[in-house]
Amino acid sequence: MMDNSNIYLPHLMTIEKITQEAPGVKTFRLKFKDEEAGNNFEFKAGQFGEYSAFGEGESTFCIASSPTRKGYIECTFRETGKVTSALAKLEEGQTMGFRGPFGNTFPMDEWKGKNLLFIAGGIALPPMRCVIWNALDTRENFGDVSILYGAKSVADLVYKHELKEWDERPDVRLATTVDPGGETSDWKGEVGFVPSVLEKMNPSPENTVAIVCGPPIMIKFTFPVLEKLGFTDENIYTTLENRMKCGVGKCGRCNVGSQYVCKDGPVFSKVELEALPAEY
Amino acid sequence: MEKKYISHNSLMNWLTKLNDEGSQIYAPVAKGDKTDYKQITSVEEISMDHIQTTQSAKAVAFPRTEKLFSYKKENGDVTLQNFETTSIPETVVFGIHPCDAAGFKPLSGIFNWDTPDLPFNERMKRTTLIAVSCTQCDEFCFCTSVNGSPGNTAGSDILLTPVKDGYLAEIITEKGENLADKHSTFFEADPNINKEEYLAKVPVQFSLEELNKKISNMFESPVWKQQSERCLGCGACAYVCPTCACFDIQEDAHGSSGNRLRCWDACGFSLFTMHTSGHNPREVQSQRWRQRLLHKFSYMPERISVRGCTGCGRCSRACPVDMNIAEHLTEIASL
Repeated sequence: MMDNSNIYLPHLMTIEKITQEAPGVKTFRLKFKDEEAGNNFEFKAGQFGEYSAFGEGESTFCIASSPTRKGYIECTFRETGKVTSALAKLEEGQTMGFRGPFGNTFPMDEWKGKNLLFIAGGIALPPMRCVIWNALDTRENFGDVSILYGAKSVADLVYKHELKEWDERPDVRLATTVDPGGETSDWKGEVGFVPSVLEKMNPSPENTVAIVCGPPIMIKFTFPVLEKLGFTDENIYTTLENRMKCGVGKCGRCNVGSQYVCKDGPVFSKVELEALPAEY
Repeated sequence: MEKKYISHNSLMNWLTKLNDEGSQIYAPVAKGDKTDYKQITSVEEISMDHIQTTQSAKAVAFPRTEKLFSYKKENGDVTLQNFETTSIPETVVFGIHPCDAAGFKPLSGIFNWDTPDLPFNERMKRTTLIAVSCTQCDEFCFCTSVNGSPGNTAGSDILLTPVKDGYLAEIITEKGENLADKHSTFFEADPNINKEEYLAKVPVQFSLEELNKKISNMFESPVWKQQSERCLGCGACAYVCPTCACFDIQEDAHGSSGNRLRCWDACGFSLFTMHTSGHNPREVQSQRWRQRLLHKFSYMPERISVRGCTGCGRCSRACPVDMNIAEHLTEIASL
């Protein structure tokens, strides 16, 4: 930050590259304008930031790129409100703001030697993409890597060429699905909701960690399937997406029990989730 | 802690002197039937007849709206102007009651529990609190139920207790000492007065021990729905509270330049936790009422070891539908 003592002052970032991922969904590759700040910047998979469109405000999303890819960060967002709409109007080379990294991280060190099963829905692939690339860039640390990704329609699938790349890799098992009615005539993936496709995939819980990110309704119906498949709560992880403003445990918005999602989360194991009051 | 005596006239002269020397003085000023803290230019403006001001004094360190930084956009580029600490003047707050002074501890807890909050801390650094003990109370006061008292020194830099023809002055902190030492001639020796005789008698309404025992395990209790049936979600309780610190971050844009602002917010508002997707973890008022009470009496003590209530009773006085927090806490303690 320009001055580390003001936690509300953003870093200025140059938008290096914009990728249109899906209708209304863009990925920005961002570089720190202040070279020293960029060099000193460190983050871990799972953390998030507050992204500024100056003149409209801040919006919260994950850091979608992997910490193994140095020199930039990426964010992927859907145009839904005034800040994201203002961000979407920015062009390559222009300046925006970033505060972070905030929040806790996926315990990737603890997962060494385990199989990873990623289950994502819709616009919730971006927080998982950070972990996926982190795992694939340090492939020797992990066992099998399986990814199940679903969206409403083929058009809504994000990171299409990365899906293709993962599909072609021999060391990744990828299943993609779209909701019934969301398929196109040339669609070769699954048709159906994520929980039922998961059941059909029938992944082994043996030495496997399941990481689930998606809309609350998807998570709600995915957990029982994982339990049925034999996954224990200790081996299921998710992220909470509570509304946030400050990102530093002060504004009070993301408070769940005595926990602050922005500080104690956004990553929670299912064991931790069960200990929280059901207010997320 | 040093004790001294100051006559009423000397007190007024001291405040005048401090004002003349450049400190901005905030004190209770009456307007119609309301009294609130205002920046004064003359001690004639001060009114001490009230039981409680409508607003607490928290805005001195946590203003209702404050600028966190400014920005300027030019040809797709942006320059930032950081929060300016040098523009914060030395401030003396005179006339707050012990329940307000105590409120700065939970505020400081929130603004410092992990990362320090620069604007809050810089304002606190330059603020000296001269509190005045309560000699009267009303049915809304319940400081004695939450470990406070009308003559409690916690949080004050100097506590004045109105006694015969003047005040017993308890100099509590170094900041208070510095201020008193600046013009020591206004003060006289400790008159050896028992201040308890002069203090308001605030009855204890509930057992804090019982409340603490019960409230942490009450998330699923039907009491929240029953207690909040008439809650309008107007947020008045949060806005007058000396310890409520929920805030929003907003943009104040003027063409190509503007300010990022922090503004008070309230967990009682229906949109406070609304996700962009439309999902709202606290979608009904009873959940928001539960959050208000649990945050103050369970989550804050658990997280930062301080209760978010000092028993000032402002929330009950301000409530347009007569919800009385002390009554609700009494009910919970006796469950």
